[in-house]
Amino acid sequence: MLGEFDLVEPTSVAEASEVLARHGDAARIYAGGTELILAMKEGLIRYDYLVNVKTIPGLAGVRVNDDGTLRIGGATSHRALERDPLVRERFPVIARMESDVANVRVREVGTLGGNLCFAEPHADPGTLLMLFDATVRIERKGGARTIPLEQLFVGPFETCLEPDEVLTEIVVPPLPVHSGAAYLKFGFLERPSVGVGVAVTTDDGRVREARIAVGCVGPVPRRMREAEAALAGQTAAESRNTLAEAGRIAARASDAITDLHGSADYKEHLVGVLLRRAFEQALASSDGSGAP
Amino acid sequence: MNAITMTVTVNGEPRELTVPTHETLIECLRERLGLLGAKKSCDVQVCGACTVLLDDRPVSACTVLAFEARGKTVRTIEGLACGDELHPIQAAFVEHGALQCGFCTPGMIMATVALLGENPSPSVDEVKHYMRGNVCRCTGYKRILDAILDASRRMAAAPAPA
Repeated sequence: MLGEFDLVEPTSVAEASEVLARHGDAARIYAGGTELILAMKEGLIRYDYLVNVKTIPGLAGVRVNDDGTLRIGGATSHRALERDPLVRERFPVIARMESDVANVRVREVGTLGGNLCFAEPHADPGTLLMLFDATVRIERKGGARTIPLEQLFVGPFETCLEPDEVLTEIVVPPLPVHSGAAYLKFGFLERPSVGVGVAVTTDDGRVREARIAVGCVGPVPRRMREAEAALAGQTAAESRNTLAEAGRIAARASDAITDLHGSADYKEHLVGVLLRRAFEQALASSDGSGAP
Repeated sequence: MNAITMTVTVNGEPRELTVPTHETLIECLRERLGLLGAKKSCDVQVCGACTVLLDDRPVSACTVLAFEARGKTVRTIEGLACGDELHPIQAAFVEHGALQCGFCTPGMIMATVALLGENPSPSVDEVKHYMRGNVCRCTGYKRILDAILDASRRMAAAPAPA
């Protein structure tokens, strides 16, 4: 049973920030509520004030800049991203990932900003968006900062946001030309157990750059730069021989933990399997014939 | 504020309601409005038994707060039939025997209304993907799938009032 709380409906980020600053730990941002309300119903957390950021004009929406950068408002729903024509055309791998988040009801209500800020480790969007070197814009009354998405995640259910800060926008630069990307996940519970994203940029038959991100298995989603370096500069044939080693490196670096989803060993094995498959898919779609 | 007064259109009928901010939509529908079709089952947005439509979009009424219906339309299973005449999706579920205990059925049918509203002729895979979040523990899904595909054909042949 959900406890009582006061609802605050600000009309600007500055106003939201002010309310959050005033009430500190007694207040929490409320967007889609698909994570927050569940935890509150369970009695795991309670707040005296919920600050409904959906009433702030302009916080939801998707646009693409002239340079191809995708800008996603923090209160944009998963479903809006899944169905957005521009996202489907320019960033199809993001639209596909979004179409597989939870179920359609959660996607209709849940927001991307909320998903990232709740920092539930068993989630998909953070892992994939890291491949794009995405950044997030964070605002508070009288100031704003932009940080790499990777730095947002501090630990399970913990971000680097100050109590009075609001994540207002997710900025996703396009991958270089001749890039392909894939995100694969595996799980047998409601939430994913392992998620692996790979982006490959090719140049005259060589892997110019490989980007690898692993999520769900450890406390936070991460880029796997040592595994990426193992693949960079190789021919397609060489890279296939290196995949097993890259998978082992990524598995070790993923900080896999044993939990309800399986043992650390099991998850490390899955990281290697999904990395290999995602790499093959990304490589196959990197011929420049379409957006990754 | 800890209560909100709002206008909401429930199954076509405008209502003026005052709801506590912490009231969930399922509590509002079942306990305040006496609409018992939508079921509270898993209570964590997984099973789909509480599926209702908010401005034609499917939501889990167990977790969506009632005040989110402010200024919107809510459709529940009670609003589908026209007098004694079943909605084509209801008729297809009956004829295909797409239910046993019936607990999941209101949610299944409302999810189908949403699906066919945005995609009137879905493929088998599209139906499976869309309906993935609606769980049935006795029918076995085959008949549900058959009913949904049949309903889509019926509605294409004779566009329903829905």
